[in-house]
Amino acid sequence: MGIITDNLDLWGEMIVGTLLLFFAGGTLALILGTIVGAMRVSPIPIARGVGAFYVNTVRNTPLTLVFFAFAFALPPLLGLRLTGAVSITLAICALGIYTATYVAETIRSGINTVPVGQAEAARAIGLTFGQVMRFVVLPQAFRSVIPPMMSVFIALLKNTTVAAGFSIANLGSVRAYLSERGENQFVAILWVMAIFVALVLLLSWAQQTFERRWKVAR
Amino acid sequence: MRRTTRIAGALAGIAVAALALSACNSGSPGDSGTDGATDDAGGDTALWEVATDVQLEGSPTFDAMTERGKVVIGVKNDQPGLGYEDAASGERSGFDIGIAQWIAASLGFDEDQIEYQTIPSANREQALVNGDIDYYVGTYSITDKRKEQIDFAGPYFITGQGLLVAADNEDINGPDDLEGKIVCSVTGSTPLQRIRDEYNPGDTVEYDTYSQCVEQLKAGAVDAITTDEAILAGYVAQDPDALKIAGEPFSEERYGVGLQKGDAALQEHINALFTDGNDVWQALFDENLAPAGISGEQPEVDPTS
Repeated sequence: MGIITDNLDLWGEMIVGTLLLFFAGGTLALILGTIVGAMRVSPIPIARGVGAFYVNTVRNTPLTLVFFAFAFALPPLLGLRLTGAVSITLAICALGIYTATYVAETIRSGINTVPVGQAEAARAIGLTFGQVMRFVVLPQAFRSVIPPMMSVFIALLKNTTVAAGFSIANLGSVRAYLSERGENQFVAILWVMAIFVALVLLLSWAQQTFERRWKVAR
Repeated sequence: MRRTTRIAGALAGIAVAALALSACNSGSPGDSGTDGATDDAGGDTALWEVATDVQLEGSPTFDAMTERGKVVIGVKNDQPGLGYEDAASGERSGFDIGIAQWIAASLGFDEDQIEYQTIPSANREQALVNGDIDYYVGTYSITDKRKEQIDFAGPYFITGQGLLVAADNEDINGPDDLEGKIVCSVTGSTPLQRIRDEYNPGDTVEYDTYSQCVEQLKAGAVDAITTDEAILAGYVAQDPDALKIAGEPFSEERYGVGLQKGDAALQEHINALFTDGNDVWQALFDENLAPAGISGEQPEVDPTS
C-alpha cells in the first residue's frame, strides 16, 4: 500500500493522463468512426472508396507504428515543437484515428442490422441520405452495437499505455517512474493491473446500463 | 490459384514495408561508421588474461555462473562509447562493455561465454532481483534508493548531468537557460526530474531511449537533451557537426556495477579488481571515452557494504 500512498502525486498524474487519453481519444474515434462508417454505406462511390481505404490501411497498421508516425514523422514535417500540449494532441490523434477504424466497422455492422426496407421507406418520403442516417438508421444501429462498441473502447483504454513510450505520462509509464524512485516494479505493475481491471469493470457496468436503457424492441 | 498468388503478393508487400520500417527504426540510434574506434574486441583481450581456476567462496551469483558455464551480463545498447550495439553486425562496444568483459575474464569466463542482455534503465533492479542477469554494467548510478534492492561494486566512473544541444544553439549554456525550452530525456529518469524540480524548463519530453531524443533534437522538435555527460558525449562523437554539449556538468553521478543484494564476495572481488587494475581501466578509458572528449580518472571504490 505504501507504494500508492508514498507516491500519490505520481499515481494521480498518471491516472489523469490515462483518462484524458481515453476520453479525448474516444470522443475523436466515435465522431470520426461514425462519419467513416456512414461513408462506407453511402451512395457516393468516392466516399465509399475513401472510407474503405482509410479503414484498411490504418486498421492494418500496428498502433505503435501509428504513434511513431505521429511522434517522429509529423513534427519535422510540420515544423512542430514538442511542447506538452502538442505531444498530447499528437497522442490523442494517433489513438483516435486508430480506434476510429474499429468504431467505423462496428457501426457499419450495426447499420447492416437495420432492415433495408426502413432506409427505402425513409428515402421514399423524401429524406436525404444524411437525414436517413441521422433520424432512421444510425439511432438503431448504435443501439444494436453497444456490446461490440464497448469492446472497442475497452481495447482503447488499454491501448492508451502505448502512449507511455511517446512522452505521455499515463499508467503505462508509472513503472519507469517508480523504479527510478526505488520502488519494487513488480508491485507497481500489480497495482496498475488492478486499476485497469477496476476501470474495465466500470466500462462493463456502463455497457449494461446502456443496453438496458436503449434496448431495441423488435 | 490466382487467389493464392494475390495473397502471396500482398504478404510480400507487407514484409517489404515492415523491413523498411524496422530498418528505419534500428538505423536511427547511430549512423554507425564512427564506432570503429571500439570494434576491435580482439584488442581488449591483450589487456587482461582470462583467469583460470577461480574460487569465489560464498557467492551465489558465481556459483550460478559456473553451473551454467556462462555469464549473463545486463548492458545497454544505445549509448555510443559506453554500451552500444551495432544494429547491423550485432557487435557490442564501449567502456561499459569493456568493464563487463574485464570482470567476466577475472571470473574465468572468456568472451564466448558471455551472454549480453540489453536491459533498459527502468528494468535494471528487477532484472537483478529476479536473477535474470548475473551483474549489470550500464551507466548505473549508485544511489541509496537502489541500494535498498541491490548492491553495487565500484564506482568505476564518475560523471555528471549535462545538456546536449544542437551545434548551432547559442542560447543554452547551462541548466539556468532552459526557461521556455523543451528538454528531452528517458521516461521517468532522475536527470529530467531534477531539471523539473530545480530549474524551470518550458516543457519536458520523455521517450524510451536517448536515441529517440537525439532524433527529435536533430529534427528541431526539442531544444535540449539532458542526462549524464558521458552518455551525451557519445552522441556528440557520432555526429559532431550537428550536436554539442552545453555548459558544465551540474550533478555527480557515480557509476557502479549492479549486483544481487547480499553477494558480498562478488562485490569484494570486483572492487579488488578495480583497485588493482588502474592500467586496464586507463586503457579502456583511452580507447572508448577519450575520443569523445571526456576527461576523467578512475575513482576509488566505495568501502564494501
